Amino acid sequence: MKTLSTFIILLLLPFVSLAAEDESRWLNDIKPQYFADKPIKASDLLTIEAPYRAEDPALVPVKIISKIPQTPERYIKKMWVFVDKNPYPFVGEFTFFPETGKADLAMRIRVNSYSYVRAIAEMNNGDMLMTKKFVKASGGCSAPIGTDLDAAMKRLGKMKFRLKPETKEGLAQAQLLISHPNITGMQMDQVTRFVRKPYFMDKLTVTYNGKPVLMAKTDIAISQDPNFRFYFIPQGQGELKAEFTDVHCESPISRTVCEPGKKYVKTQQVNL
Amino acid sequence: MRFLILFLLWPAILLAQPALSVTEVAPGIFVHFAKQEFPNPHNHDHIANIGFIVGQRCVAVIDTGGSPQQGQALKKAIEYTTDKPVCYVINTHVHPDHIYGNRVFKQPGVKFIGHYRLARAMAARAPFDIDRAKEQWDVNLSAEDIVPPDFNIHKQMRIDLGQRHLLLTAHPTAHTDNDLSVWDEKTNTAWLADLLFIKHIPTLDGSLKGWLSEISKLEKQTYQFVVPGHGPLATHWPQAIQPEKRYLQTLLTEIREQIKQGKYLEEAVKTVGLSEKPHWQLFDAYHQRNVMSAFAELEWEDE
Repeated sequence: MKTLSTFIILLLLPFVSLAAEDESRWLNDIKPQYFADKPIKASDLLTIEAPYRAEDPALVPVKIISKIPQTPERYIKKMWVFVDKNPYPFVGEFTFFPETGKADLAMRIRVNSYSYVRAIAEMNNGDMLMTKKFVKASGGCSAPIGTDLDAAMKRLGKMKFRLKPETKEGLAQAQLLISHPNITGMQMDQVTRFVRKPYFMDKLTVTYNGKPVLMAKTDIAISQDPNFRFYFIPQGQGELKAEFTDVHCESPISRTVCEPGKKYVKTQQVNL
Repeated sequence: MRFLILFLLWPAILLAQPALSVTEVAPGIFVHFAKQEFPNPHNHDHIANIGFIVGQRCVAVIDTGGSPQQGQALKKAIEYTTDKPVCYVINTHVHPDHIYGNRVFKQPGVKFIGHYRLARAMAARAPFDIDRAKEQWDVNLSAEDIVPPDFNIHKQMRIDLGQRHLLLTAHPTAHTDNDLSVWDEKTNTAWLADLLFIKHIPTLDGSLKGWLSEISKLEKQTYQFVVPGHGPLATHWPQAIQPEKRYLQTLLTEIREQIKQGKYLEEAVKTVGLSEKPHWQLFDAYHQRNVMSAFAELEWEDE
């Protein structure tokens, strides 16, 4: 009997070590770098919706859903998103407000291989919550880059808002489409002599009637033509405004040497 | 130790490849017709139609296959077929099933030719392909397998194989942003590679509208024979490209409708184009990805 159980343990060992490996980047690199020793609890107040098998690693739709309304007394203040196994795991740091109504966020990201996508939320009282979802990025002929780079370059900086015509429980849902190639800079320059440095959207602010509803710091894991969906609390006539900047960096995996790019602005009148 | 032996045997493994089976579809035009499969560790990504065209002076290789081994097998097939040397290697686009035999043809006297955007696409894909080739296709790739073109074609170029002229055309973004087609004047054969899919579902990695626009030009031609990147030889033109056109047109119509209705990408992938399923092999493997790619493109079409 003892030999049998030893045998089973031996059989399971590869899986155990594989599972441990999946957490290793988070435990050894990401968590210490971004959160130091802060305690982070796994929580079901947050969930991530993402396809288990991503059809296109360049364009993985991810939605983070929070189960609590944003009230001045209790709200999600910040949310970080990471893809553990990406060469640069940081996807974004998103700031929400009571005016956001509900701290849900849908976006499209690049997932380089089989990896956890994780979201960490900081509540206004300092509590840290986490949820994660495993995603297998596959696809026979696709790589986590954009498709028609020249077309994307031509309309760079354009933005548009799309709104659901109806509100639900006092909340309006907005989609912000941003045209930007969000170039990763991950390529083999030495062979092809083709050099293209990381060039991506780094900061975004969305306001409604002058008050912020979403702020973000983002990186190359955001897909070409960044696309965000979020909530805000409408007050009849109003103005949505989006502002973003981009940045050029020297290395795909370091942000120590970067040069600011341009600023882009879009406003839209809404009546909801 | 085992690795050392493998390393020492490496040239022997390459030499031991049997010649690739090829069919002479028109005088001097030889095609290896691949099985229609999803790339996996068993087929080593040997899933594309590849081949060569023989002139009086020399040979032009058109796509080199999914691995150095397949490239070697193609090289052997050329040696069995003719004693003329290879003078050109034409890469029709960047996808791994078409370019990763390149390395075995790299020698003095051989010029590589591609779309002017091929090198850029190779640079962007290479780290990703090299990273996953072992796991996904059981193929070992390294930087040496990235062989960018010596000649970058912007519009068109004629090459002479000795009493045989090939017209190479660089297309605007369609299947990818670096598609190149080959036309053999002598036999009126067009080698469209992945601009044409027959039976195998078309895969979109460029521009849906761009591809449809290229199709509308291609279908005005009067080709005798057409070699697709995936699927059997086409002998009836333009009938042979109609299923592909219908599929892409269906995506265009239905996705535009979804966007108009305010639907999101996640919803569109579940509903768009399902009527096409019975008509295509590997539909489940690629269709959703096509919808996503097309959706992301069409969101911006009015700008």
